[in-house]
Amino acid sequence: MSRRTLPIVRNILSARSATATRSVTYMPRPGDGSPRPVTLIPGDGVGPLVTGAVEQVMDAMHAPVYFEKYDVYGDMKNVPPEVLESIKKNKVCLKGGLRTPVGGGVSSLNMILRKELDLYASLVHCFNLPGLPTRHENVDIVVIRENTEGEYAGLEHEVIPGVVESLKVITKFCSERIAKYAFEYAYLNNRKKVTAVHKANIMKLADGLFLESCREVASHYPTIQYNEMIVDNCSMQLVSKPEQFDVMVTPNLYGNLIANTAAGIAGGTGVMPGGNVGADHAIFEQGASAGNVGNEKLLEQKKANPVALLLSSAMMLRHLQFPSFADRLEIAVMRVIEEGKYRTKDLGGHSTTQEVVDAVLANLD
Amino acid sequence: MASQIVRRLARSRASGFFSSAIPSFLNRSFSSESNLIRATLFPGDGIGPEIADSVKQIFKVADVPIEWEEHFVGTEIDPRTQSFLTWESLESVRRNKVGLKGPMATPIGKGHRSLNLTLRKELNLYANVRPCYSLPGYKTKYDDVDLITIRENTEGEYSGLEHQVVRGVVESLKIITRQASLRVAEYAFYYAKTHGRQRVSAIHKANIMQKTDGLFLKCCREVAEKYPEITYEEVVIDNCCMMLVKNPALFDVLVMPNLYGDIISDLCAGLIGGLGLTPSCNIGEGGIALAEAVHGSAPDIAGKNLANPTALLLSSVTMLRHLDLHDKADRIQDAVLKTIAEGKYRTGDLGGKSTTSEFTKAICDHL
Repeated sequence: MSRRTLPIVRNILSARSATATRSVTYMPRPGDGSPRPVTLIPGDGVGPLVTGAVEQVMDAMHAPVYFEKYDVYGDMKNVPPEVLESIKKNKVCLKGGLRTPVGGGVSSLNMILRKELDLYASLVHCFNLPGLPTRHENVDIVVIRENTEGEYAGLEHEVIPGVVESLKVITKFCSERIAKYAFEYAYLNNRKKVTAVHKANIMKLADGLFLESCREVASHYPTIQYNEMIVDNCSMQLVSKPEQFDVMVTPNLYGNLIANTAAGIAGGTGVMPGGNVGADHAIFEQGASAGNVGNEKLLEQKKANPVALLLSSAMMLRHLQFPSFADRLEIAVMRVIEEGKYRTKDLGGHSTTQEVVDAVLANLD
Repeated sequence: MASQIVRRLARSRASGFFSSAIPSFLNRSFSSESNLIRATLFPGDGIGPEIADSVKQIFKVADVPIEWEEHFVGTEIDPRTQSFLTWESLESVRRNKVGLKGPMATPIGKGHRSLNLTLRKELNLYANVRPCYSLPGYKTKYDDVDLITIRENTEGEYSGLEHQVVRGVVESLKIITRQASLRVAEYAFYYAKTHGRQRVSAIHKANIMQKTDGLFLKCCREVAEKYPEITYEEVVIDNCCMMLVKNPALFDVLVMPNLYGDIISDLCAGLIGGLGLTPSCNIGEGGIALAEAVHGSAPDIAGKNLANPTALLLSSVTMLRHLDLHDKADRIQDAVLKTIAEGKYRTGDLGGKSTTSEFTKAICDHL
């Protein structure tokens, strides 16, 4: 029930001018109001800045969550065991960006977290924010990406000097569970269409297996339209007719590219919420470009855009069954964007992170 | 599988890549009697013959010193190539070292290779070059595109090596070799230098695929050192996608492994209005250049005089540039761009009502 509230948020937003408010009741279980612990990883670069924004807003709303904060940095060899313990206990984590080192034999902490906690689905919601002009209109795409195997299997070796192999592993098990999650998501959020993205004309077996799994799951959801699209064509369609897409389900690498492209056309990675979710745990973070933690200048001037992580925390509140807190937060953020007075540089403004946060706080109901 | 690769590598070594230096990008055969350059032309299927006619007509009016050697896709499988393309056709490209190719539709059925794959493998077309620029007057959501995508075309994710490990578990191999990476990087920098470009960006995902994409980057860096006048940078593929749709003007020349190149080059085509407007040229071992239209054969409008020849025309322009016929290339390119910018004669796909022949005539008038 809580997942269906986004349309309600929209209704409230559009009805605001007419001052017609709808009364929504959420009947909780006794004890649902007790504060929940959430693991917080501020991360590298602009991470602490934007997670700080979330802390302030949560505080001001008196949201029933409290954070267990851990310092983790991208150049660490491994995720500290107490952090994993905390996430396993709390089930929910909020995370700033972690820098991914290029080369040098250090594996990405983002990937370690996903693997350790079996967060097999990555979700990025790319949509036009009212009042924020972009090249394309009517973008409302949810990219659901397989997060544990495929090209990110991490199996690589040098065959002979100068010849390197990398294995892409696709399994029926993982393909099926991601397809199931995508259709379930579409069903619960009243989405109409699921598009599977692939390159099965070239990788006949690997991507073929992925498609086969999607088709099987699709047959259980006759009310949801299902189609397939080759990844190169898909990226071309995204930049020319993005309004045709609804929910997209993809293997690992394609999803990474598609999500970033979709985020780019809808307004940039600074505003797109997202997260990683598995059977038991969920990590909420900026939707796209988790490894890109912003440049030094942005950090010095304290001008990182907190919108993406604020919207992700709204997703988190909804995930924790606090729908009205999620709505309040979302509405406040949307109002700030729509007013257009306080925007960071990536959205064409000059505001600092704190100015945006203050504006959000002022707009909280 | 390892032995297979070793063998493949040994073979390509024997074929003499290491001895061929950069100037081999530019040796070609002239026809004996005149100083006409001989070039192979595959009109292709569907709308192919119509748009090829358009190119021939325009080349004639522009007085381009090219003599076409036309080859058609056969009706039977040639056992020597295991494909509908005949050995003679392939020999023709090998001899002439330049060619132009319309869209080809591979007939469905088993026991033969796809036509494009045959060309790529037999001619060793290792780099796919696509200049992508906004067409003045044809409005899209992006109007500041001017970039070149150069894609490695022989290995990577498209190695075709796949197998089922156990039921429900499939592996697909991505192969990156030093030889192929150096070769495409070399061409990218050579292209940047000869075409007056300032910057080459290597697109990769080496933070995840540290060894394969790492090797690709290492090769790019090595080549970059030889070209100090050209700025070299490395961009992670997901960030690249985002930057392209936010501000495509940030890029100049992009060089990429196979899959990334496939995705990025189509994304860029989308930025300027689709495959019907995007030129493409394949560079092969020993200086072969095969320009091609990358769009489909559009059987639904074939023979109706409705097809848009722009992609093939602009591809032929890249072919002329490869041949250093820059004045002719400029004249034809200008005429095409002017005709489209004017907007009086546009084919249906660009929102006009003109026929292929009207459009062609308008271009000839603008020459």
